[in-house]
Amino acid sequence: MRCRKCGKRAAFNMRHHKLALCEDHYLEWFVAQTERTIRKYRMFRRDDRVLVAVSGGKDSLSLWDVLLRLGYQADGLYINLGIDGGFGYSRLSLEKIEAFLADRPEAKLHVVDVPTLYGETIPQVARRKLRGRGKPCSVCGLIKRHEMNRIAWEHGYNVLATGHNLDDEVAVLLSNVLHWQVGYLARQAPVLEEREGLARKVKPFCRFYEREVAAYALLRGIDYIYEECPYAEGSTTIFYKDLLSRLEAQSPGSKLQFYLSFLRARKDGLFKEQAEQVELHPCPVCSQPTSVPGPCAFCRLWNHQPATSNR
Amino acid sequence: MRIIHRDKEWELEGRMTVRQAIEKVGLIPETVLAVRDGKLLTEDTVLEPDDEVKLISVVSGG
Ligand code: SF4
Ligand SMILES: [Zn+2]
Ligand SMILES: [Zn+2]
Repeated sequence: MRCRKCGKRAAFNMRHHKLALCEDHYLEWFVAQTERTIRKYRMFRRDDRVLVAVSGGKDSLSLWDVLLRLGYQADGLYINLGIDGGFGYSRLSLEKIEAFLADRPEAKLHVVDVPTLYGETIPQVARRKLRGRGKPCSVCGLIKRHEMNRIAWEHGYNVLATGHNLDDEVAVLLSNVLHWQVGYLARQAPVLEEREGLARKVKPFCRFYEREVAAYALLRGIDYIYEECPYAEGSTTIFYKDLLSRLEAQSPGSKLQFYLSFLRARKDGLFKEQAEQVELHPCPVCSQPTSVPGPCAFCRLWNHQPATSNR
Repeated sequence: MRIIHRDKEWELEGRMTVRQAIEKVGLIPETVLAVRDGKLLTEDTVLEPDDEVKLISVVSGG
């Protein structure tokens, strides 16, 4: 296979785009494509301050790399969850980010250390809250969301960017459709506008297949954490991704088609009724906006009082 | 040829394309990248008997 642009040996082929490119032209295409997505969905401009949530994985490090190359004001945020999994998952993740930073002295990283700040690692909070039942993922998600919003607010970032790719988005989409979670469908978008003290949330990689991001990371020489969070094993996300990849193998372009048709239907108002925004109230403890009056779920998580005490 | 994926290894006989080799070891071509001598390969690349190919999983997520 030959590069469509220069005729050299192609390094990467995208069956759904009928496009094969050499290493250099692929890297160029990927960056230009990110810029196009940022503009198409009006995600942010060069005068916006963007906080990139980095985990040390291929998606977030590639996103940060591309945004810096495009000249955006993009700083990183790493949240140490204190997850070990027998191989030092959280520590290894931070090491990858530090190696990334060593090559990019202009980049700035914020680190939130959950165990130091709140006295417990994610597995510890989850054990206490769930009494050993179930995975820590819901607790983990809650903490990550709260801390991202907090750092964005405290440091004046008006945009929060995450590395979600097309495969992530279609896996969530499939799950939401299978359960007809219309409220979630109404809110699943490349951009969630800012409101009452919450930064705008954007996913500049939402149109990239996961393998496209992996190819970018590989060709750019970005050293990312290849190991999964130990709690990701056997997750439904991975199961749905597998199903969708089988579909894609038979019918190239299915994932992109599924996602883009959904976005079109959403834009045409299919979920309009469910899109009504709930009123937000500031949490009396941390003052972050929350949907239910009273302390937010994050603040309740760290309340050491027994659940039976007066509130 | 030798195919390596995570901590697994396979020895395959004869010549075949990258895509055929990936399917032969029971993986979905959409979920891996194939690398030989540090270079990314397209799925139509024909592999020779003494090639060593590393398959890198692209799937992540919890
Ligand atoms: S897999 Fe679960 S516990 Fe691990 S980082 Fe993701 S949400 Fe957190
Ligand atoms: Zn080229
Ligand atoms: Zn709160």
